[in-house]
This record gives sequence, structure tokens and C-alpha cells, in this order.
Amino acid sequence: MNNIAVELKEVCKYYPNVNALHPLSMSVKSGEVLGLFGHNGAGKSTLMKLILGILKPSTGSVSALGHCPRANQAHNYRTQFGYLPENVSFYEHLSGREVLHYLAKLKGHNKAQADKLLEEVNLAPAADRAVKTYSKGMRQRLGLAQAFLGEPKLLILDEPTVGLDPVATQDFYLTVDRLKSGGCAVILCSHVLPGVEHHIDRAMILSKGRKLALGPLAELREAANLPIEVSVSGLSRADIESKMKGVISEPDWLQSSTQGSSEGTLHNRFNTAAENKLNVLRNLAAEENLQDLHIKLPSLEDLYRYYLSDFNRSAV
Amino acid sequence: MNKILIVAQKEFRDGLRNRWTGAITIIFILMSLGLAYFGSATAGVLGFSSLESTLVSLASLCVMLIPLISLMLAYNCFVGELEQGTLLLLMTYPLSNAQLLLGKFVGQAAIITLASVLGFGLPAIIICIVSDVDVVNVLTAFSQFIILASLLGWVFIAIAYIISLSVTEKSKAAGLSLIVWFLFVLVFDLVLMAILVASEGNISETVVPFLLWINPTDVFRILVYSIIAAENYSGVLQIAEHGADGTVYLLLVMLLWVVLPLLCACWILNKKELSE
Repeated sequence: MNNIAVELKEVCKYYPNVNALHPLSMSVKSGEVLGLFGHNGAGKSTLMKLILGILKPSTGSVSALGHCPRANQAHNYRTQFGYLPENVSFYEHLSGREVLHYLAKLKGHNKAQADKLLEEVNLAPAADRAVKTYSKGMRQRLGLAQAFLGEPKLLILDEPTVGLDPVATQDFYLTVDRLKSGGCAVILCSHVLPGVEHHIDRAMILSKGRKLALGPLAELREAANLPIEVSVSGLSRADIESKMKGVISEPDWLQSSTQGSSEGTLHNRFNTAAENKLNVLRNLAAEENLQDLHIKLPSLEDLYRYYLSDFNRSAV
Repeated sequence: MNKILIVAQKEFRDGLRNRWTGAITIIFILMSLGLAYFGSATAGVLGFSSLESTLVSLASLCVMLIPLISLMLAYNCFVGELEQGTLLLLMTYPLSNAQLLLGKFVGQAAIITLASVLGFGLPAIIICIVSDVDVVNVLTAFSQFIILASLLGWVFIAIAYIISLSVTEKSKAAGLSLIVWFLFVLVFDLVLMAILVASEGNISETVVPFLLWINPTDVFRILVYSIIAAENYSGVLQIAEHGADGTVYLLLVMLLWVVLPLLCACWILNKKELSE
């Protein structure tokens, strides 16, 4: 059993006027969720379409579930693909149920499975209405339903949570987690960074067709070496400085209040290097006056910003 | 094979749903009945007069209308799905390009065929019932006509697919379809006539019939005339009287006119990359 679900080797895609993708290598294992991040036009959709075989790489080779996606008989393996395009659209004059029945038949599944999926994405009440009457969120749910048809082994989702309400988003991630544990490889591209963080194993950041970073979030965090943000309540700035012994320099202070300036609780916030985390905890937790201590690790969003600005600096 | 039928079924149902099939059928019925009963009005006679003259008039009308109807039915087929975004989705499905193309063709060809069967068949039956005619004769001639009309429709559906796959906007496909219709139905015969007249007979008589093969509407007309043995050939078709008008050859040419555009369309679809 080959463990690698998707593999790109030195894949490059250029159009007459644009270089959509610079030579790029990557792989995704079965049962792994890869988050794909980047600005509009960074090459995310191009990358997805190369994996699906809709686009032909200018150079390099693509393999999806062990086959070249543009080979002659490649369409036979697409039964195991699930794809949700950005701004998914359907046959407007058909009802949601008719659309899903048609797509299910093309994938070789019966109507019962399509109906079950309609229930799962909570579209059953509207299933017999024409798609043209659907809201953005309903279209998106229909799009997800068709991507989930037939327990795919490779799921490629372009902006899956756009237009979904919080409950539907949560249901979506549950389904992704379930498919993942069944050995499905997932490539997920999203602009909504906060929600996606806990569901991805690795992240890839693209900009202008180049790979800026690829790895598990923990590794990316370490490599970026972004500061952690510490919020302290109950201690004055002077208290903290005396405890931390010169670890915090002037520009690191984000918010400071000193003793006696007000009757209320003291609130201080400062940045410090990630390796000082334990140091901060040990020294400040011992203080009697401490009321609250909160440490914020750099979020995916911070990482994303960091890698993009890092790239822009080096480009200049 | 199964996949082709799934796509065909959807296309066919779309045709029923959006009233295309019904509209085409009604047009065909009105055309046939109108020509059968009022075709000889200029000669001062009303009512069904002759099978030959009815079919010849019907052929002249069909030669204009069927290509137009078929192009209108099919020009949207791929470019519409491209604009809608569903083509992108279909191309990630376990469905080869040839299956998609053939499926769509089978479905839409079935629409034209059904419309021909009903639209020309019902009038034939009506004629048999209300007029004192040789029933076998009328039904045979109309059956043959139905087959030829369907074939003509298939040819232009296949041509429409090339158009539909070559452009990225619906409106361009519509414009291009109109131009193609104009060229095949109106311009070609005029140009051919002009060339023949200008060449003052220098073009070998054996070549000329083959020149007509370039235009499927002419092949259709020759076939209608030769199969129902009409005496009154007219216009440019007189030149086809010599050689190369064997019905079998002409039918093969018609089939070729279906197959070649389909192959061409499939080639374009295979080459196609959907960037956006």
C-alpha cells in the first residue's frame, strides 16, 4: 500500500504571460490534511487543478493516488477524488436532489447515498427546490455533499467554509476528520485562518507561485521564531521587570500600567521570545498578587503574515 | 458506455424540460402540414396534391431550418457549462472526455430525432387518414425523410460542439453559429454557382459532385431528391446528376459529416485546460 497520496516533483506551470507556479515539489500522505494558504493569485487553485489533472504541468510530474492525473485512463481513478471548486456552481434549473443524483450516478453511486449526503449537510428540506433559489451557503453545502460522494481517498477543497454558518462549519470539519481517519488525504485551502488551525497536519504557504513554507505548524512556528504574547493582570510593570531581569526590552511592551495610576486591576502585555515561555511562567506564577496570566502563541495568521512579509523583504 | 447513457439521459431530459423538444416538434408539424395542404396554393389547388412536391418543398425548408435549430440547440452545450462552472466539476469526475462528448451528443441527437419522428410522422399519419393516398408510399417516403432530417440535425449538432468548445463565451458561440449557418445554408451554393459560371465549364464534371460533399445541406438535398425520385431538380443540384450520387455514398458522406466534427470536438476537448 503506497502511503503517498499526492506527489509533485519540480512542477512548474506557466501561461504565455504569467508564471503561475514556479518549480515546486511536495507530497501529501494518506490520512493527512494539508492546509494551503496564500493571497489571491498565489497559485493555490492552479496547484489544485494540476493535481486534479484539469491543468497540464509545463514541466515536472504530478501523481495523484499513484497515477498521472492526465494519463489516458486517469478518469477511472477519479471515483476516489472529491473536489470542491471555489465558487461552486450547478445546473441552476435542476433541484439540489437532481443535481446530486446525476453527479452520484457519474461517480457510480446510487441515489440512496446521494439522499443520505443531502441529509448530512442539512439540505434535505430544500432538496427539491431549484438550485437557482439557493443561497450561497446552500450551494456550498451542495458542493460539499458532491465532494464527499463515495468516501473519497483524495479530497481537494477550495475555500470550503465560505458562506457556511458556524454549525455547518463545525459539521464540515467533523466530516473531514472522519474521512481523514479513514485514510483520506485532504488538501484544504482557506482564507478563514482561525478555524482551520486545529484541523490541519501541515501547512503550505504560497505566494506568487512560490512555496514560502511547508511543514507542521509547530515546525513553522519554531522556524519563524515569532514572539509569544504574555498578558498579566495584577502585577505592575515594575514588578514584572524586576522578576524577568532584563528579558523584556522597551519595544516589547504592548500595554503597561504602573502601580498607583488607577484603582482598578493592573493589566500588562508584552512580547517575548518563545523560549522564554517557561521562564515567564516560573517567575510570574510565584507572585502572590498575580490575578491572571495568559500566554498567546503565534496564530496561523501571524505565521502567514510573517512568511509573506519575510518573502517580500527578501524579494526587495 | 454506462456513463455515456447517464450524460445522454440528462441532456435529453433537459431538452424536454426546457421545451426544446416540444417546440421543434410543433415547428416540424406545422411545416409539414402547411406544405402538404397549402404547398400547391400557387397553382390554384388546395389540399394534399402530390407526395413528391410536398417532400421537395419540405426539404427546401428543412435545409434552412434544421441546421439553425440544431445549432441553436447545441451551441450552448459546452460553453454554457464552462460559463456556469459545471464543466470544471465534470472534468474532475470519473468520466472521460469522449464519454462526456458522446453522452451529450446522444442526448441531443435523440431530441432532434424524437422531434423529427413526431413532427414529420404525425403529419404523415394525418395525411394518410384524411386524404385518399397510397398509405405505404406516403409512410415509406416520410420515414426516409425522417431519417435524413435527423441525420442533418446530427451533423449540425456535431458542428455546434466544435463551436461550443472553441470559444469561452456564450455570446461568441451564438454569433459563430449564426455565421456557420449562413455559410453552409446560403453562401456556399452561391459561391459554388459563381465559380462554376466563372470557370466557363473548365471544372471537370466528375469533380463537381464531390464539391457538393463539402456542404452537408447539399448532401441532404441530393439525398432527399434521389431517394424519393423527384424529377424537379433545381438550382445548383442539377450538377449532381452526373456520377457520385449513389445513395449509399451520400449516406456515408452524411455519416462522415457527423463523425468528423465529433472527432474534432473531442480533440479540442482533450487539449482543453480550464484555467479559470
